[in-house]
Order: sequence, then structure tokens, then C-alpha cells
Amino acid sequence: MQKYSFLNLARNALSYHENWQRAWRSPEPKSDYDVVIVGGGGHGLATAYYLVKEHQIGRVAVLEKGFVGGGNTGRNTEIVRSNYLWDEAAHIYEFSLKLWEGLTQELNFNLMFSQRGLLSLGHTLQDLRDIQRRINANVLNGIDSEFVTPEQIKEVVPIIDISPDARYPILGASLQRRGGTARHDALAWGLARAADSVGVDIIQNCEVTGIRREGGIARGVETSRGFIKAGKVGCVTAGNSGVIAAMAGLRLPLESRPLQACVSEPIKPVLNMVVMSNAVHAYISQTDRGELLCGAGVDSYNGYAQRGSPSTLEHALSAIVEIFPRFSRVRMLRQWAGTVDTCPDACPIIGLTPVKGLYFNCGWGTGGYKSTPGSGWVFAYTIAQDRPHKLNEPFSLERFTTGHLIDEHGAAGVAH
Amino acid sequence: MLLIECPWCGPREESEFSYSGEAHIVRPLQPEELSDEEWADYLFYRKNLRGRYLEQWNHAAGCRRFFNAERDTVTNEIKSVYKPGESPPEDDS
Repeated sequence: MQKYSFLNLARNALSYHENWQRAWRSPEPKSDYDVVIVGGGGHGLATAYYLVKEHQIGRVAVLEKGFVGGGNTGRNTEIVRSNYLWDEAAHIYEFSLKLWEGLTQELNFNLMFSQRGLLSLGHTLQDLRDIQRRINANVLNGIDSEFVTPEQIKEVVPIIDISPDARYPILGASLQRRGGTARHDALAWGLARAADSVGVDIIQNCEVTGIRREGGIARGVETSRGFIKAGKVGCVTAGNSGVIAAMAGLRLPLESRPLQACVSEPIKPVLNMVVMSNAVHAYISQTDRGELLCGAGVDSYNGYAQRGSPSTLEHALSAIVEIFPRFSRVRMLRQWAGTVDTCPDACPIIGLTPVKGLYFNCGWGTGGYKSTPGSGWVFAYTIAQDRPHKLNEPFSLERFTTGHLIDEHGAAGVAH
Repeated sequence: MLLIECPWCGPREESEFSYSGEAHIVRPLQPEELSDEEWADYLFYRKNLRGRYLEQWNHAAGCRRFFNAERDTVTNEIKSVYKPGESPPEDDS
């Protein structure tokens, strides 16, 4: 892999930047791999990368039906944080955040990771109680989290409306200073390039159409480019996880929903933190290009259309305009949706399945982006060792039968 | 924005309705006899189909009655609506 460095930048400037190596190859699929990862999003690419790097698996392929960065990895609102309430969730997200902190160096790709701080607003007395509870839980888990008053919020985000007669009065917020944003395209491209450089075959435009099994053991995948034999198959297909599971005769407790976001025209820097409000299901940050990047809660009904309801977005944007009155005249440029796989307890499913050699990593719902490196790391461990790591052990499929749910819904400010 | 036909009130816009998930899930008649697997199935497992899906809606800001709809989850086309207790239409796809 050609290293991205100042020296190489200068060297390539001499040839007008026309001779840079391609960031990753486009190999023809081989007939046989040790591990095949279905789904070339961030989680799948991270899994493949860590399979080679941490577990020395020789022949790994990532199969992507579209192109790298064309799915949810390229559609999210870039927010990275780890201030979750329950221990199980807090541990895996904090593990992921720690990986994020070194990821730009590790991948040799500028992820534009910016720990600008993240505010979760409280609008009612009950919101404040929940926020205090979550802050205490975070601190006990070694995660930075602190309470800030409306006046302190106003100091760091001067354009916010903290007047007591506001539609959504701001009574306080939790602040995670290590939270922030990272450029989503850069994550997709950086992981693809790093995975490719350790020998992973990234095969785009290759849709999986079936999972071949013999005697309850996964043997490979049928694809639009023919059968590919595999020692093990890992599926990381977000909104389409249920579709892939059905190919192996499995069912998953997931519901696929559209999740929407939008960006405005670029404006001068006015917002230097991520601001989110669980109560009104809205979140906003300003990108380095100056666009306001806004997100909503999930749409109310199931759908694979990658298209959202205007009413859901309108709800989020009307709340944002109440909180930041001066954004009322900002024009939105683009709006889009991705298909997310929501789980009944708003926590992922990462682990083994009743089919031997077949593993699933799904159910991240609205919060998958921030967990990308951690998710890939534990999933690589699970596939390589054929057992879950202690970080993802609580996130087994069995929890829906045993009742050991990890109820992050509502309790943790899980608007993403 | 979807245009949804309530079987009682006629076509109304989506914001008048609330979604109630997969249709035809029968509440267990003898819950005390259910195994953990059957409970998990009843509570958490949904078909979540890509394509034709039978689902429940409630006309929350209208007649407030439940009904069923046959919708394509990829195109969002609502092929038919029918009242509770009626059997689902034939799958003509």
C-alpha cells in the first residue's frame, strides 16, 4: 500500500497527482475463501480487516452488492459517542470509541475525527433525572460525562435558545467531551483501503442470493457472480439482515425501518458541537464544509425503500428550528434515508447462529456508525474463535428467549 | 407521504395514521402453557418481509379504528386494505 504522507504528497505533486495508486483493488472472486463477509459497509470491512490483522486469517473476502460507501455507512450523520446507560452497551461503545481515537493513524487515512463534544439536551424534569442517572452510570464505567446548565450550554453554543418560554425549554444537558463526529465516507474508504492492503478481496457488485448449507453447516454463498465456497460466513447486512437470514432458514427479531437525514447549504461556522435531543428526536452538527447535518428518529413503518416520510423529517426539523431559531431561514440541500435494522431492545445481535460456521452481526438500528471499529473487532474475534468475546457475549440471539434484554430504548438518550 | 385508504373513512394522508406492525399475530390463548421460545416468537419475532407485507394500521386522528393493509415494503405501494376479521387477499405477486 502506498502510504499517505507529506513526503508522498510532495512527490506526487511533481507528476500532477496523476500516478497515485488506487486505494483498493477490484479483484475477481476466487472460488474458495477461509471467511466470506457478506456486506461491504463499515462493519463488514472492519471485520475483514481485523480478521487478518488480529487473527491472521489468510483468505478473506468481502462481498458487497452495491459499492463501498453506498449503503448506511455513507448515509449516517457521523456522530461518535459512548455515553450509554447499561454496562453491556457502555462497554462495547466505549471500546469502539477508544479504537476511533487511534484509527486515523492505524488506517493511515484522515477520518476527520473531531472530538468536538456532544450535548444531549433535557427539556423536562424527568429528562434531567434520566440525564443525571446516565451521567452517573457513565462515570462509574470510566466514560467521561458531565452535567451542564443552560448557561454553560449558552457559553459554548451561543446560538441556542435557552429562554424559559421556548417550545422545548432547555433545562440542562449531558456533555461528553470525547464525543463528536468523523467523516463517514472517509471511514468506508479508509477501512476498504486498509483491508485491501492486508490482502482482503473486496468484491463489489456481487450480490449474495443464497447460503449453501450441508447438514446444518454453512459451506459457502451463492452470488450473482457464481458460487463462492467459504469455511465461515459472516453476515453484516444491516437493514437486509432478515433477508439474508431467511436464505439460511433463520429468523431474526428485527424490523427494517427508514432512517432519515438531511444537510443544508454551507454556511459560516456557527455550531461547534454535536447537539442532540432525545425528547424531540433530532440531532444536528455542522460539517467541516459548513453544512448543517440534521437527523431524525426512525420512520414509523417498516420499509426497504431507502426513502423516508416527509412528516418524520418535518418533526425533527421543526424541533431544531425551535432550539436554534436562526436556522429557520437556512435552506436544506439534500435529504436521504437508509434502511436500519431495529431490534426490540435497541441493542445489536452479534454472535453465533444455529447454523455452524454462520455468524450474524446485525440489529445496530440507528446507532451503528459510532460502533463500526468495535463491532468489527468483536465480530472478527467471534468468527475466528467460534465463540463470542466477552464484550459481545451479552448481545447473543438467545437473549430474546432467556429474557436478558439490554433495554437501551429511551433509557440512554438513544436518539442517534 | 403515503396516501392511505381507511376502509371506513376513505383516503387520508399518512400523518393521520399510526403504525401497528405485522398483522394477524394471534395473542396466545393459554399463555401459562407457552415455552420461552414461543414467548420470544410472540413478543419479538416479526416477518419483516422485503416486498409484500400484511400489516396493521390505526386511523389515530380519524375514526380511531384498526385495519389491515397489504403493502409492498420496497415500493411503499398499498395494494389493498381490509377490515379486522377479514381474511387477507390472495397473493397475486
